[in-house]
Amino acid sequence: MVGNMRTINTDIIIDTVKDMCIQANLFLAPDMEERLRQAAADEDGDLGKQIMNQLMENMEIAGSEKIPICQDTGMAVFFVNVGQDLHIEGMNLTDAINEGVRQGYTEGYLRKSVVADPLIRENTKDNTPAIIHYDIVPGDKLTITIAPKGFGSENMSRVFMLKPADGEEGVKAAVMEAVKDAGPNACPPMVVGVGLGGDFELAAKLAKKALTRDVNSHSEKEHIARIEKELLEMVNSTGIGPGGLGGKTTALAVNIETYPTHIAGMPLAVNMCCHVNRHVTKEI
Amino acid sequence: MDSKRVINVPFKREQVDGLKSGDYVYLTGTLYSARDAAHKRLFDSIVDAESSIISSEKQVIGMDGTALYEKGILPLDITDNIFYYLGPTPAKEGQVIGSAGPTTSSRMDKYTPLLLSKGLVGMIGKGKRSKEVIDAIVANKAVYFAAVGGAGALLSKCIKKSEVIAYDDLGTEAIRKMEVEDFPVIVVIDSQGNNLYETAVEDYNSSKTVR
Repeated sequence: MVGNMRTINTDIIIDTVKDMCIQANLFLAPDMEERLRQAAADEDGDLGKQIMNQLMENMEIAGSEKIPICQDTGMAVFFVNVGQDLHIEGMNLTDAINEGVRQGYTEGYLRKSVVADPLIRENTKDNTPAIIHYDIVPGDKLTITIAPKGFGSENMSRVFMLKPADGEEGVKAAVMEAVKDAGPNACPPMVVGVGLGGDFELAAKLAKKALTRDVNSHSEKEHIARIEKELLEMVNSTGIGPGGLGGKTTALAVNIETYPTHIAGMPLAVNMCCHVNRHVTKEI
Repeated sequence: MDSKRVINVPFKREQVDGLKSGDYVYLTGTLYSARDAAHKRLFDSIVDAESSIISSEKQVIGMDGTALYEKGILPLDITDNIFYYLGPTPAKEGQVIGSAGPTTSSRMDKYTPLLLSKGLVGMIGKGKRSKEVIDAIVANKAVYFAAVGGAGALLSKCIKKSEVIAYDDLGTEAIRKMEVEDFPVIVVIDSQGNNLYETAVEDYNSSKTVR
């Protein structure tokens, strides 16, 4: 049945991934950039304003001089949708993505931030392996999203195994707890990714995926969209502000992704991201 | 805001008292980069040396930073110096250094009180510090600055020279000697133990209530 399928070679995947690594680390996505500019213009905290101005200047320099926006160019996290009518020839797809990361992080002068063993901690020197989440989808396309993730904010992320009785109030309280604990460590203004439902590991994956969503978008579910707006207001009323030094904007967005869950539970994951919330999507 | 206040670094310990929580200052002079892996090595080197001294009973414990350097235990004299918690991106040809913003300081908390007791006078990073670190800052008359997290491209322009002086094998985590000019920082924890991360948010919120 291969005759009915579209065929692509992994060479094009390697080149695409390489370019995406570099692009994501030098230029913020347009939605993030616009939201950050708006927050800078609106900021009324004394130190908050100065910090936002530095961030604006930083973005200009990064783009014009091709210097990574942040020195933590992250672990390379991917969401890859593989069309089930697509045939991939060449090498193994995972190896191809890792080869793209290797080339992108080396040729793009990005930081190599990965250690091979969590305890022995020897640097792999090419930022591999990547973290890759695959989904099989209809169609014959390959859609790759890269979200290089810095660990200043990653370290402040949390999973809560809430009870059904905790309800909406429990969800809000847990998100607020995570935000307050993160404070200045997560490099605010942050983006808060929330995964609600599923099971232990799916909640965490959804929270990460929520970070790749447009910061101006809202959930298609009406009640979730409302909670997103209410939580954003609650987060910003803390006054934590840019750099954690007081101000109007603590978060640029709260994005929530949901999935059905078990009658006995309500898993909730909060994945923190700093203001350098990087994501690029390409379709092959 | 007042006009730009430039502080020459390193500075004498007596000058620490002039730096108050909330001061926005620009550093000019020499800084050393050190983050997780370099901290672990410095810490282990001191602890190993001191425990071997105790077991051989030849010398008294409690060498200062200069003695640790002169005996070859540490690769630099940390006395009155400032650590910048930094692991930069690689420099391209013609660049002094790549993107060079601060990393989260709390991961260095385990190692910091010992380093402060050996003479380190200042630290630049971002984020909260433990109670043990704050106590050690007060006890040793030191200072903790924050640089703006995620402003790595901007901060790299303030670094005029950079040279790896120790632990080259650690790559981005090696210790670098850096010459900086007008490097913007905010005093977060001063030698009295005042903590801007607590007071700034309170001040902002109370100013909103008044308005």
